[in-house]
Amino acid sequence: MENHLLLVLMAILLTCSNSFADTLYITLEKDNALAVVDGNTGKLIKTVKIGKRPRGIVLSKDQKQLYIAASDDNTILIIDTASLKPVAKLPSDKDPETFAIDPSGEFLYVSNEDDNLVTVIDIAKRKALKQIPVGVEPEGIAVSPDGQWVVSTSETTNMVHWIDRAKLEIVDNTLVDPRPRSAVFTADGKQLWVSSEIAGNVSVFDVASKQLIKKISFKIPAVTQEKIQPVGMRIDKTRRYAYVALGPANRVAVIDAEKLEVIDYFLVGQRVWNIEFSSDEKRLYTANGVSNDVSFIDLENHKVVKSVPVGQYPWGLAVKP
Amino acid sequence: MNLPHYLRALRGISTRELLRFVHQRERFISALVRPLVWLFIFAAGFRSTLGLSPTPPYETYILYEEYITPGLIGMIQLFNGMQSSLSMVYDREMGNMRTLLISPLPRWFLLVAKLLAGTLVSILQVYAFLLVAWLYDVRTPLEGYLGVLPALLLSGLMLGALGLLLSSFIEQLENFAGVMNFVIFPMFFLSTALYPLWKLQESSQLLHTLAQFNPFSQAVELIRFALYGQFNIYASIYTLSALTLFLSAAVIGYNPSKGMMQKKGGK
Repeated sequence: MENHLLLVLMAILLTCSNSFADTLYITLEKDNALAVVDGNTGKLIKTVKIGKRPRGIVLSKDQKQLYIAASDDNTILIIDTASLKPVAKLPSDKDPETFAIDPSGEFLYVSNEDDNLVTVIDIAKRKALKQIPVGVEPEGIAVSPDGQWVVSTSETTNMVHWIDRAKLEIVDNTLVDPRPRSAVFTADGKQLWVSSEIAGNVSVFDVASKQLIKKISFKIPAVTQEKIQPVGMRIDKTRRYAYVALGPANRVAVIDAEKLEVIDYFLVGQRVWNIEFSSDEKRLYTANGVSNDVSFIDLENHKVVKSVPVGQYPWGLAVKP
Repeated sequence: MNLPHYLRALRGISTRELLRFVHQRERFISALVRPLVWLFIFAAGFRSTLGLSPTPPYETYILYEEYITPGLIGMIQLFNGMQSSLSMVYDREMGNMRTLLISPLPRWFLLVAKLLAGTLVSILQVYAFLLVAWLYDVRTPLEGYLGVLPALLLSGLMLGALGLLLSSFIEQLENFAGVMNFVIFPMFFLSTALYPLWKLQESSQLLHTLAQFNPFSQAVELIRFALYGQFNIYASIYTLSALTLFLSAAVIGYNPSKGMMQKKGGK
């Protein structure tokens, strides 16, 4: 009997530790480095220099490689997650910041903010296939889960450009509120969420009709509206809750993704920019650009657990299970 | 004199203190309202202006309300400690103290019993405050509500002992305003109750040093750590030492042959 109890306890302990066994990779814009943090303990494992001004970061499908936009090196680096050394470079053209990868892992799409272009890169061939002209200052970019759509948001034109993945051409444009920063598809591919930094809201679109479903606004007691600048977003797989980083408001908004209403705000570090789920979606990690740390949010207990210093200007994060 | 005698005296003094507290409803309300005004109004005004970076025991960013809660608990105990001292002066003026002091029990014991009774009252006040704060959504981890109890006992005794010591110096009830001005306010403002030490250091090294050695700061830090289920060894030793010092001085102060009582005896 006692042995059984012990086994059960051990099993519980193991599942608990497994659920937090993530490794976080964080790009440090000012340190020109990549920080590696243990998702379980929150300890900074190591920091490695990579390239100039690293910003966008995405984990490859097989989880063996990281794609990192080295903005001032005008390239996207491919980093081996085991050795943390660059293994290749992708021709991203000038000043890459954000990028997205096909669900198939075949193509990578980069926003070239200065040239008003979206560059399409064949990852296997490490070649730029095409450059698609878009609006002024393209920023957010996302690929729909079915691989049919690539959307690019242009910060100055205030538009969402719908690029047909098969033709690699813009087939439609939708106006959004000022300075659209980030675009995210829901896991079922039915909705597209776009955050507008200056307007301080998030627009939710129906993908099939490309029509606006709702605009979500934010109001935080004792925080001025100008400080509420929505940037990074994450929506859970079941589309139950969504989380939006509110930049200098130092908060992450919790949204009921069914009703499209704000439920609550988490207080995190200063100028929270990008956010990422843990692999089991039980935690949320936030990159806080000004306070130089990453906050850990326990989503089950609805609590910010800790904030860990990582280095100067953390920008983006990737989570490896 | 044996143990039952001591216990009976302790019970008598505690009951009297509790009864006095319960009967003076205004005192209970004002003891509760004072920290709540700070929490609801003062802290709300500063809610976002003070960017508090995570320093132990905090592991992440917190709102100002959460930061000053341990400080306000300290304030409750500080006021209560001083109020007890006020009641000692009152008792002396009214002659009740004579009844107490003619008891055959040693004087130090009577003083400690008085101190314990006062601390008990302050702990009740603190939990009432924590309950309202909890309803206002200012919450600490659950284990903190129990963990804070020994810390409250120690800090309450220390601040009560300071009150006792002061009461041996105060001749009349009217002098209590002086205690407000020269003890409560400086102790409260020159501590970590309202702002962390590093914030004070940014503006003045002198203020930082004074706040660091202020026993009230250490009592607040003891409570702060305990509220998060942590034990601050330095703060506990500091508070315990301050308690020993104040209590010994108070016992001497109340000794008819040595202390302040003798000087006042002639009046």
